[in-house]
Amino acid sequence: MIIYDYLIAPFVEFGFMQRALAGSLLLSLSSCPVGVFLMLRRMSLTGDAMAHAILPGAAVGFLLYGLEIVPMTVGGLVAGVVVAMGAGAVSRFTVQKEDASMAAFYLISLALGVLIVSLRGSSVDLMHVLFGTVLALNDEALRLIASIAGITLLTLAVFWRALIAECLDPLFLRSVSRLGTPVHFVFLGLVVLNLVGGFQALGTLLSVGLMMLPAAAARFWASRVGPMCVLALAIGAASCVAGLLLSYHASLPSGPAIILSAGVVYLFSILSGPRGALRARVRHHRHRTA
Amino acid sequence: MTVLPRLALAMSVITLSALPAAAEPLKVVASFSIIGDLARNVGGDRIALTTLVGPDGDAHVYEPRPADAVAMGKADVVLVNGLHFEGFLKRLVEASGTTAPVVELTKGGEMLKNAEEGHEGDNHAHEGHHHHGEFDPHAWQSVHNAEVYVKNIADAFCAADTAGCASYRANAEAYGAKLKALDAEIKAAIAGIPEEKRTIITSHDAFGYFQHEYGLTFLAPEGVSTEAEASAADVAALIKQIKGDRASAIFVENITNQRLIEQISSETGLKIGGTLYSDALSGADGPAPTYIDMMKFNTKTISGAILGS
Repeated sequence: MIIYDYLIAPFVEFGFMQRALAGSLLLSLSSCPVGVFLMLRRMSLTGDAMAHAILPGAAVGFLLYGLEIVPMTVGGLVAGVVVAMGAGAVSRFTVQKEDASMAAFYLISLALGVLIVSLRGSSVDLMHVLFGTVLALNDEALRLIASIAGITLLTLAVFWRALIAECLDPLFLRSVSRLGTPVHFVFLGLVVLNLVGGFQALGTLLSVGLMMLPAAAARFWASRVGPMCVLALAIGAASCVAGLLLSYHASLPSGPAIILSAGVVYLFSILSGPRGALRARVRHHRHRTA
Repeated sequence: MTVLPRLALAMSVITLSALPAAAEPLKVVASFSIIGDLARNVGGDRIALTTLVGPDGDAHVYEPRPADAVAMGKADVVLVNGLHFEGFLKRLVEASGTTAPVVELTKGGEMLKNAEEGHEGDNHAHEGHHHHGEFDPHAWQSVHNAEVYVKNIADAFCAADTAGCASYRANAEAYGAKLKALDAEIKAAIAGIPEEKRTIITSHDAFGYFQHEYGLTFLAPEGVSTEAEASAADVAALIKQIKGDRASAIFVENITNQRLIEQISSETGLKIGGTLYSDALSGADGPAPTYIDMMKFNTKTISGAILGS
């Protein structure tokens, strides 16, 4: 039963492994599809920006309530929503592009956060305290991730068609419906919710990584949005399992192990996906010779 | 420079400004709260003390402010731990342009190598943070080393302020006696704990010296720095230790994220024995506002949790 020992036993024996698995799978369920839409909208770097953007909110929560996770997370959510909405509004209603306005807003937000933290004169690293690790998921964190996954999937199902139209051809959607702008903001709200919830429960690297890498890998295999989401989800889930087992057997830090597993899938996809480098090249050659 | 001109200079300063010099306190900068407390005990009211990383602050990840550079620029003596504990320090000293001597208090103490004893299958990724040193910097966790710190502080103060030297030496001696008593007290308290129950768990490896000096074994999911991330294998190993009844208490620290320890605690049913003060003192109204209080509090918390379980 070597296979059992290697693949199943760690999850049976240890409660923290079950929780880590449940938490990371739930996060994949919601953030992988969101990642696909982010990627299609060319906003793949939003996650990293958001990790800095939530600092002032977390700092205000810390100033008012001390080192309590809930006020700091709520503060982070508010800051994240303000930054995402502000950036979205500026890119919608002015000449500024989405990436530039996001960069401007997150830098302002980050500076404000550093300022607030310094005012208190505290040298506790707030982000270090706020960001969780996948090995330390308590019931509260699991419930948080589960509700985020529920809200996200429900919203995606309701706005599915509008989201696709909005991602692929926003001008078209605006011309046929007044839903365009509201859908964009609903989507930004989902992004913030997934990221901030993910930071608090699992850490920055894991929540940003699980959002973007599976989506980026899936793009080499599928061309339609639906299959792409399902595939991203499957890649995300497989990376979680593989990463946790790697962390268990090879004594590696868990967050990086999971993300590197997804990274391996991504590299493999670049080379051998039907839309990847090699196959595309082969087909190209055939066209030429034919 | 020869001794003579320097002596002459000193004489002239004393004769010219004897009274103001005595009234002007020695400006001392201490890198973090524990050193600040030791310096206050040696210097008494002859020094004006500035402590950079305050109570409950984490010197591993501290970002200095301009006020810190100003204090350091004006300082007569700068007291630091050394051994790469204060990662921010080197740049701050350079930026402040201070001419004051920077005194490493761990010099001359009995230092432990950075090997993490008693850690099964331990492969913490230590790359990418401040703790690249060969030695474990948390030396103050042994009272014996604190005596070395105190001696070094008195030497540094004497060198900077010869007029107050007698007073510094007297203070250091009085405080040293208190430290000796503290050392005996800790040893007595640990002696009351059965040998087989002397393994406990904390969140990061800050207690190597306590372990070495007083014969307890500390295990931790995080490495020597608070910045490293734990692996599933480390956490599983700790849980096995507890379940095999080879670890008898578990503690959180005042400067680190508690959730990993809480998770281990809830999975094994081993109740968290309290908060240990490792790298920083508590605020004035906390349980560990001074070094001696901190060591007493840690010892009491540890022995209480083990004997109570």
